[in-house]
Amino acid sequence: MSNPFQIARNAARQHQDHAPLLALMPYARFLGVRMTERDGKPCSHLPFRPSLVGNRSIPALHGGVTAAFMENAALLHLLLAMDETRVPKSIDFAIDYLKPGRAEDTYADCDLSRAGQRVAHVTVRCWQRTPDQVIAIARGHFLLGATE
Amino acid sequence: MNPAPYHELLAERFTRHVPHIHELGIEMVSIDVERIELRLPYREDWLGDVVHRLIHPGVTSTLIDSACGLAVLARLQNPEPIATLDLRMDYLRPAVADLPLHCEASCYRVTPHIVFVRSSVWQSAPEKPVALSTAAFMRSTTSKKRVI
Repeated sequence: MSNPFQIARNAARQHQDHAPLLALMPYARFLGVRMTERDGKPCSHLPFRPSLVGNRSIPALHGGVTAAFMENAALLHLLLAMDETRVPKSIDFAIDYLKPGRAEDTYADCDLSRAGQRVAHVTVRCWQRTPDQVIAIARGHFLLGATE
Repeated sequence: MNPAPYHELLAERFTRHVPHIHELGIEMVSIDVERIELRLPYREDWLGDVVHRLIHPGVTSTLIDSACGLAVLARLQNPEPIATLDLRMDYLRPAVADLPLHCEASCYRVTPHIVFVRSSVWQSAPEKPVALSTAAFMRSTTSKKRVI
Protein backbone atom coordinates (compact mmCIF):
# COMPACT_ATOMS: atom_id res chain seq x y z
CA MET A 1 0.00 0.00 0.00
CA SER A 2 1.41 3.34 -1.04
CA ASN A 3 1.16 6.40 1.09
CA PRO A 4 0.23 9.82 -0.42
CA PHE A 5 3.82 11.05 -0.38
CA GLN A 6 5.07 7.98 -2.22
CA ILE A 7 2.35 8.35 -4.86
CA ALA A 8 3.12 12.07 -5.27
CA ARG A 9 6.87 11.39 -5.44
CA ASN A 10 6.36 8.80 -8.17
CA ALA A 11 4.39 11.31 -10.25
CA ALA A 12 7.25 13.78 -9.86
CA ARG A 13 9.98 11.27 -10.60
CA GLN A 14 8.30 9.48 -13.50
CA HIS A 15 6.29 12.25 -15.15
CA GLN A 16 7.89 15.45 -13.83
CA ASP A 17 4.44 16.23 -12.45
CA HIS A 18 4.98 18.03 -9.14
CA ALA A 19 1.36 19.07 -8.66
CA PRO A 20 0.44 16.07 -6.43
CA LEU A 21 3.41 16.78 -4.14
CA LEU A 22 2.60 20.49 -3.89
CA ALA A 23 -1.02 19.58 -3.20
CA LEU A 24 0.11 17.89 0.02
CA MET A 25 1.69 21.20 1.10
CA PRO A 26 -1.01 23.91 0.98
CA TYR A 27 1.38 26.66 2.04
CA ALA A 28 3.65 25.95 -0.95
CA ARG A 29 0.60 26.39 -3.16
CA PHE A 30 -0.32 29.57 -1.29
CA LEU A 31 3.13 31.02 -2.00
CA GLY A 32 2.79 29.93 -5.63
CA VAL A 33 5.84 27.65 -5.69
CA ARG A 34 6.56 25.74 -8.89
CA MET A 35 9.11 23.01 -9.46
CA THR A 36 11.39 22.89 -12.45
CA GLU A 37 14.68 21.20 -13.25
CA ARG A 38 17.99 22.88 -13.79
CA ASP A 39 21.11 20.96 -14.80
CA GLY A 40 19.33 17.74 -13.92
CA LYS A 41 18.55 18.91 -10.38
CA PRO A 42 15.21 19.96 -8.94
CA CYS A 43 14.86 23.72 -8.74
CA SER A 44 12.16 25.65 -6.88
CA HIS A 45 10.67 28.66 -8.62
CA LEU A 46 8.67 31.41 -6.94
CA PRO A 47 6.93 33.59 -9.53
CA PHE A 48 6.71 37.19 -8.37
CA ARG A 49 3.42 38.72 -7.33
CA PRO A 50 2.93 42.12 -5.63
CA SER A 51 1.57 40.64 -2.39
CA LEU A 52 4.97 39.03 -1.66
CA VAL A 53 6.49 42.46 -1.08
CA GLY A 54 7.65 43.45 2.41
CA ASN A 55 8.99 46.89 1.62
CA ARG A 56 7.16 48.94 -0.98
CA SER A 57 9.68 51.74 -1.32
CA ILE A 58 12.50 49.58 -2.73
CA PRO A 59 10.41 47.40 -3.54
CA ALA A 60 11.78 44.24 -1.94
CA LEU A 61 10.47 40.75 -1.28
CA HIS A 62 9.43 40.16 2.34
CA GLY A 63 12.44 38.56 4.06
CA GLY A 64 10.09 35.98 5.55
CA VAL A 65 8.94 34.99 2.06
CA THR A 66 12.54 34.36 1.04
CA ALA A 67 13.09 32.26 4.18
CA ALA A 68 9.85 30.33 3.77
CA PHE A 69 10.49 29.70 0.07
CA MET A 70 13.98 28.36 0.89
CA GLU A 71 12.69 26.13 3.71
CA ASN A 72 10.06 24.80 1.38
CA ALA A 73 12.72 24.18 -1.28
CA ALA A 74 14.71 22.14 1.26
CA LEU A 75 11.63 20.08 2.20
CA LEU A 76 10.75 19.43 -1.46
CA HIS A 77 14.36 18.48 -2.14
CA LEU A 78 14.25 15.91 0.66
CA LEU A 79 10.88 14.55 -0.45
CA LEU A 80 12.18 14.10 -4.00
CA ALA A 81 15.64 12.81 -3.14
CA MET A 82 14.68 10.36 -0.41
CA ASP A 83 11.89 7.91 0.25
CA GLU A 84 10.24 9.62 3.20
CA THR A 85 6.61 8.80 3.84
CA ARG A 86 5.84 12.21 5.37
CA VAL A 87 7.18 15.76 5.25
CA PRO A 88 10.43 15.71 7.29
CA LYS A 89 10.15 17.72 10.50
CA SER A 90 12.27 20.86 10.60
CA ILE A 91 14.75 20.90 13.47
CA ASP A 92 16.42 24.21 12.78
CA PHE A 93 16.97 26.59 9.89
CA ALA A 94 19.46 29.44 9.51
CA ILE A 95 19.41 31.97 6.71
CA ASP A 96 21.95 34.62 5.72
CA TYR A 97 20.61 37.45 3.60
CA LEU A 98 23.19 38.66 1.09
CA LYS A 99 21.06 41.29 -0.62
CA PRO A 100 17.42 42.36 -0.77
CA GLY A 101 15.18 40.26 -2.99
CA ARG A 102 13.90 42.34 -5.88
CA ALA A 103 10.30 42.38 -7.06
CA GLU A 104 11.07 39.57 -9.49
CA ASP A 105 10.88 35.79 -9.86
CA THR A 106 13.06 33.93 -7.37
CA TYR A 107 14.73 30.51 -7.59
CA ALA A 108 16.28 28.11 -5.10
CA ASP A 109 18.26 24.90 -5.36
CA CYS A 110 19.53 22.62 -2.65
CA ASP A 111 22.29 20.24 -1.76
CA LEU A 112 21.84 17.32 0.55
CA SER A 113 25.07 17.68 2.50
CA ARG A 114 24.39 14.76 4.76
CA ALA A 115 21.65 12.18 5.09
CA GLY A 116 22.02 10.07 8.18
CA GLN A 117 19.58 7.56 9.61
CA ARG A 118 17.69 10.21 11.55
CA VAL A 119 18.86 13.63 10.44
CA ALA A 120 19.48 15.31 7.09
CA HIS A 121 21.49 18.47 6.56
CA VAL A 122 20.46 20.58 3.56
CA THR A 123 22.00 23.76 2.17
CA VAL A 124 19.91 26.11 0.05
CA ARG A 125 20.96 28.79 -2.39
CA CYS A 126 18.45 31.40 -3.51
CA TRP A 127 18.93 33.67 -6.51
CA GLN A 128 17.22 35.98 -8.97
CA ARG A 129 17.86 36.41 -12.72
CA THR A 130 20.96 34.17 -12.85
CA PRO A 131 22.34 31.58 -10.42
CA ASP A 132 25.34 33.77 -9.63
CA GLN A 133 23.09 36.57 -8.37
CA VAL A 134 22.56 34.98 -4.99
CA ILE A 135 20.26 36.83 -2.60
CA ALA A 136 20.42 34.40 0.34
CA ILE A 137 22.00 31.17 1.48
CA ALA A 138 20.62 28.91 4.17
CA ARG A 139 21.05 25.58 5.86
CA GLY A 140 18.81 23.42 7.95
CA HIS A 141 18.55 20.15 9.82
CA PHE A 142 15.55 17.91 9.25
CA LEU A 143 14.34 14.85 11.08
CA LEU A 144 13.94 11.78 8.89
CA GLY A 145 11.83 8.70 9.36
CA ALA A 146 9.56 10.37 11.90
CA THR A 147 6.89 8.02 13.17
CA GLU A 148 3.20 8.74 12.80
CA MET B 1 9.15 61.98 24.60
CA ASN B 2 6.10 59.76 24.74
CA PRO B 3 6.71 57.00 22.18
CA ALA B 4 3.06 55.99 21.84
CA PRO B 5 2.14 58.00 18.70
CA TYR B 6 5.19 56.66 16.88
CA HIS B 7 4.28 53.12 17.83
CA GLU B 8 0.69 53.66 16.80
CA LEU B 9 1.83 54.87 13.40
CA LEU B 10 4.26 51.98 13.09
CA ALA B 11 1.54 49.47 13.95
CA GLU B 12 -0.86 50.92 11.42
CA ARG B 13 1.71 51.09 8.61
CA PHE B 14 2.89 47.57 9.41
CA THR B 15 -0.47 45.85 9.39
CA ARG B 16 -2.12 47.87 6.61
CA HIS B 17 0.60 48.95 4.23
CA VAL B 18 3.08 46.07 4.07
CA PRO B 19 1.63 43.94 1.27
CA HIS B 20 2.69 40.52 2.52
CA ILE B 21 1.73 41.23 6.14
CA HIS B 22 -1.66 42.34 4.89
CA GLU B 23 -2.05 39.25 2.72
CA LEU B 24 -1.29 36.91 5.63
CA GLY B 25 -3.56 38.84 7.99
CA ILE B 26 -0.95 39.29 10.72
CA GLU B 27 -2.45 41.20 13.66
CA MET B 28 -0.75 43.49 16.14
CA VAL B 29 -1.31 42.47 19.76
CA SER B 30 1.02 44.93 21.49
CA ILE B 31 3.92 47.19 20.66
CA ASP B 32 6.29 49.21 22.79
CA VAL B 33 10.02 49.92 23.05
CA GLU B 34 10.76 46.72 24.95
CA ARG B 35 8.65 44.11 23.22
CA ILE B 36 6.21 43.53 20.42
CA GLU B 37 3.66 40.76 20.01
CA LEU B 38 1.97 39.63 16.81
CA ARG B 39 -0.77 37.10 16.12
CA LEU B 40 -1.44 35.12 12.96
CA PRO B 41 -4.95 33.62 12.80
CA TYR B 42 -5.09 30.04 11.52
CA ARG B 43 -5.88 29.26 7.89
CA GLU B 44 -5.82 25.93 6.05
CA ASP B 45 -3.38 27.61 3.65
CA TRP B 46 -0.73 27.48 6.38
CA LEU B 47 -0.45 23.69 6.39
CA GLY B 48 2.87 22.22 5.28
CA ASP B 49 1.72 18.62 5.66
CA VAL B 50 -1.93 18.08 4.86
CA VAL B 51 -1.87 14.48 6.06
CA HIS B 52 -0.60 15.22 9.57
CA ARG B 53 -2.15 18.72 9.68
CA LEU B 54 0.99 20.53 10.75
CA ILE B 55 1.72 24.18 9.98
CA HIS B 56 4.54 24.76 7.49
CA PRO B 57 7.75 25.99 9.17
CA GLY B 58 7.92 28.75 6.55
CA VAL B 59 4.76 30.31 8.00
CA THR B 60 6.44 30.42 11.41
CA SER B 61 9.57 31.92 9.83
CA THR B 62 7.62 34.65 8.08
CA LEU B 63 5.91 35.59 11.32
CA ILE B 64 9.29 35.61 13.09
CA ASP B 65 10.95 37.77 10.43
CA SER B 66 8.06 40.21 10.59
CA ALA B 67 8.10 40.37 14.37
CA CYS B 68 11.87 40.82 14.62
CA GLY B 69 11.91 43.64 12.06
CA LEU B 70 9.08 45.37 13.83
CA ALA B 71 10.77 44.95 17.23
CA VAL B 72 13.86 46.72 15.84
CA LEU B 73 11.82 49.64 14.50
CA ALA B 74 9.84 49.87 17.75
CA ARG B 75 13.07 49.93 19.74
CA LEU B 76 14.81 52.55 17.59
CA GLN B 77 11.85 54.91 18.08
CA ASN B 78 12.67 56.59 14.83
CA PRO B 79 12.00 55.19 11.39
CA GLU B 80 15.25 54.24 9.74
CA PRO B 81 15.99 51.65 7.05
CA ILE B 82 17.00 48.25 8.39
CA ALA B 83 18.04 45.02 6.70
CA THR B 84 17.97 41.48 8.03
CA LEU B 85 21.49 40.04 8.08
CA ASP B 86 20.60 36.62 9.37
CA LEU B 87 17.86 34.69 11.04
CA ARG B 88 18.04 31.36 12.83
CA MET B 89 15.07 29.33 13.96
CA ASP B 90 14.89 26.35 16.30
CA TYR B 91 11.66 24.41 15.87
CA LEU B 92 11.03 23.03 19.33
CA ARG B 93 7.75 21.29 18.56
CA PRO B 94 5.44 21.12 15.56
CA ALA B 95 2.91 23.91 15.07
CA VAL B 96 -0.50 22.29 14.73
CA ALA B 97 -3.62 23.09 12.70
CA ASP B 98 -6.63 25.07 13.97
CA LEU B 99 -4.70 27.29 16.41
CA PRO B 100 -3.29 30.78 15.80
CA LEU B 101 0.42 31.50 16.04
CA HIS B 102 1.64 34.13 18.49
CA CYS B 103 5.07 35.69 18.26
CA GLU B 104 6.84 38.00 20.67
CA ALA B 105 10.13 39.70 19.81
CA SER B 106 12.52 41.95 21.68
CA CYS B 107 15.91 43.52 21.02
CA TYR B 108 18.62 42.44 23.43
CA ARG B 109 21.48 44.54 22.10
CA VAL B 110 21.48 47.74 20.06
CA THR B 111 24.69 49.20 18.63
CA PRO B 112 25.10 52.10 16.17
CA HIS B 113 25.17 49.65 13.26
CA ILE B 114 23.64 46.35 14.41
CA VAL B 115 20.58 45.26 16.40
CA PHE B 116 20.30 41.75 17.89
CA VAL B 117 16.79 40.38 18.33
CA ARG B 118 15.26 37.28 19.83
CA SER B 119 11.77 35.95 19.43
CA SER B 120 9.52 33.18 20.52
CA VAL B 121 6.50 31.61 18.82
CA TRP B 122 3.74 29.72 20.58
CA GLN B 123 0.21 28.48 20.03
CA SER B 124 -1.59 27.42 23.19
CA ALA B 125 0.76 28.75 25.89
CA PRO B 126 3.84 31.03 25.87
CA GLU B 127 5.70 28.58 28.09
CA LYS B 128 5.39 25.91 25.38
CA PRO B 129 7.09 27.60 22.41
CA VAL B 130 6.93 25.99 18.98
CA ALA B 131 9.96 28.00 17.85
CA LEU B 132 12.72 30.20 19.23
CA SER B 133 14.75 32.48 17.02
CA THR B 134 17.63 34.93 17.02
CA ALA B 135 18.35 37.48 14.32
CA ALA B 136 20.76 40.29 13.52
CA PHE B 137 19.72 43.43 11.68
CA MET B 138 21.86 46.08 10.08
CA ARG B 139 20.94 49.72 10.55
CA SER B 140 21.62 51.75 7.44
CA THR B 141 21.40 55.45 7.95
CA THR B 142 22.55 56.40 4.46
CA SER B 143 19.36 55.64 2.56
CA LYS B 144 16.48 58.11 2.50
CA LYS B 145 14.00 55.43 1.56
CA ARG B 146 10.98 54.86 3.73
CA VAL B 147 11.09 51.98 6.14
CA ILE B 148 7.60 50.61 5.68
